[in-house]
Amino acid sequence: MGAAPASRDVTSYGMGLAAPLALFFLLFFVAPLLQLLWLSLHNDTAGLHWGLGQYLHFLTDPFSLGVLGSTLLLGAEVTAVCLVLGFPIAWLYQRVGPRLQTIIILIVLLPLLTSVVVRTFAWIVILGRQGIINATLQSLGIIETPLKLLYTQFGVVLALAQVQMPLMTLPLITALGRIDPNLDDASCSLGAGSWRTFFRIVLPLSLPGVIAGCTLTYAAAITAFITQSLIGGGQMLFMPMYLYQQASTLQNWPFASAISIIFLLAVLAVVSVFTTLGRMSRGYGGA
Amino acid sequence: MADAPSGRSLVVDAVTHRYPSGALAVENINLDIKGGEIIALLGPSGCGKTTLLRIIAGFIAQTQGRVIIGDDIVDALPPNKRAVGIVFQNYALFPHLSISENVAYGLAARGVDKAARQREAQRLLELVQLPAMAARLPRQLSGGQQQRVALARALAIKPSILLLDEPFAALDKNLRLDMQIEVKRLQRVSGITTLIVTHDQEEALSMADRVAVLSHGKLEQFGSPSDVYDRPQTLFVNTFVGSTNRMPGVVVSADRTAAKVRLDAGAEIIARPAGGALSEGGRVTVCIRPEHLQFVGDETGFAGVVGMSLPLGATVVHEVTTADGSGVKVSQARIGETRALENGAAVRLAPLAPSLANAFPATL
Ligand SMILES: Nc1ncnc2c1ncn2[C@@H]1O[C@H](COP(=O)(O)OP(=O)(O)OP(=O)(O)O)[C@@H](O)[C@H]1O
Ligand SMILES: [Mg+2]
Repeated sequence: MGAAPASRDVTSYGMGLAAPLALFFLLFFVAPLLQLLWLSLHNDTAGLHWGLGQYLHFLTDPFSLGVLGSTLLLGAEVTAVCLVLGFPIAWLYQRVGPRLQTIIILIVLLPLLTSVVVRTFAWIVILGRQGIINATLQSLGIIETPLKLLYTQFGVVLALAQVQMPLMTLPLITALGRIDPNLDDASCSLGAGSWRTFFRIVLPLSLPGVIAGCTLTYAAAITAFITQSLIGGGQMLFMPMYLYQQASTLQNWPFASAISIIFLLAVLAVVSVFTTLGRMSRGYGGA
Repeated sequence: MADAPSGRSLVVDAVTHRYPSGALAVENINLDIKGGEIIALLGPSGCGKTTLLRIIAGFIAQTQGRVIIGDDIVDALPPNKRAVGIVFQNYALFPHLSISENVAYGLAARGVDKAARQREAQRLLELVQLPAMAARLPRQLSGGQQQRVALARALAIKPSILLLDEPFAALDKNLRLDMQIEVKRLQRVSGITTLIVTHDQEEALSMADRVAVLSHGKLEQFGSPSDVYDRPQTLFVNTFVGSTNRMPGVVVSADRTAAKVRLDAGAEIIARPAGGALSEGGRVTVCIRPEHLQFVGDETGFAGVVGMSLPLGATVVHEVTTADGSGVKVSQARIGETRALENGAAVRLAPLAPSLANAFPATL
């Protein structure tokens, strides 16, 4: 050890320090993943015949493909809603005094401080047939019969967007905070109006935050088992529930494993699209 | 707007600004700047220079007063309608845009078509002597180069007023001198009315046609570099611009143009009443610059004892302790063999001329 300590780069540490984490990952992440892959490569539930049958089944079955499609779409919708609502919050945060900043952060973080189950039930109370929204609209005479809000795509997107909002807002706040406020002023003094400044300067420079926020929100939205099932109800099936049914109810472990792998790959594909888009648009943040 | 004539006049009329936090940043500032002039705003940190600049640019709406560019009162105009170019202290180049896109940014905002934009950007980059850098990103340039790009970007919109906030603060000494000459050259060529914020007095005195000295948000003096240096109107200006010896004393007799002052250090000298009329018997502070003191052989001056002598290239600075125990600095040109003054030598000192000793009523 330390044969030539003088020439040693001060920033290079022994890889041994990462060993505990590496071991942890190996045991609880890589190993189960490999087991999953191994399982998915069997054509029968007993695990006797090797083959790609499970994958073929999924990829040729319109129902399964439909579930995958609607899950990916759900993620996209939730991400879009979070981005459109979260960006102004983050933007506002950077332009108010310290006291308002504390309040905004509190509001943004609040969803994280309550349990998912509680939050989801709150949405049921709000969206239900006799829920707060319907009751209000009816008492105001705006509608006659209650609107169907619960067990709809709209309801799921709304509830998920609220639940995942911090995952979008926090990276955006960080990214916007890194932008030199003089850039705004510089743009303005060069004759640009607020919209041009926003689209040419603020948005491109906040892209790292947008990408981080979208990736987190997307990944969280499509895997949000509880909210999806409770708000979506029986009529709407998304990948996590589909997976759960196959594994738990039908005990079809190889098919459930194949679903997991396909789901994983689909998510990775979407995430890498986000990242590539970000890199292409030359948004290098505060670099 | 795009072809606003360069070199418009700028009037800052009784401008006062109080930040929402309650800090009074500038107070009743009056500046009357002619078209094509180059003005330095000089003052210590926190005296309100940046605030005044941001008011002129339109980023801050002043609490009171008016800003007039040419014949227009611009107070109601947002920054993007004022045709004021600004170079920020940290340059504020757009990090994700190439150098030529940075320079062309203002033209794009004005709807100039792409080809014309690129041609103009290239022309400006040649003007600031960076024609080969067009495709680079700001972070691939040195500080001095970024500075020049920021200047080119501000000039691209053909501003009628150019504001520079401590433009050379981050540059090393040689580069700073180059850039000062460069800016002065560009300013001469374009004739743009220019306001340079600085806390470097040499920069202010060497670059500007006129210097505005600020202290604690107030305008202390607005005049030519030689006015400010040789005929300071306040004690602050005298001590802030250049170095000076402050010698307390009492007025023996005074009229408009001259005052006889008995210095606490001994000796009576004739001084110029710089800050208005002085009353007999009143205490004053007399300011004499080190280069305006001379050693005298007769009994006219005040006595002192030489302490340290520092040879500083072309001059030698002697530290002399006077009879009242205070120290004064004397700067002597090194002509041929200057007589070396020994530590502890008794000498007598007097100002070169009465007009070079400024008497201000003592505050306290
Ligand atoms: N946004 C602000 N809110 C409250 N007070 C401020 C604000 N900006 C500046 N000030 C105060 O106003 C005064 C003048 O500030 P300003 O930035 O104009 O000084 P400056 O002359 O540019 O100083 P420096 O040479 O350090 O840049 C200071 O006392 C400062 O504390
Ligand atoms: Mg400043």
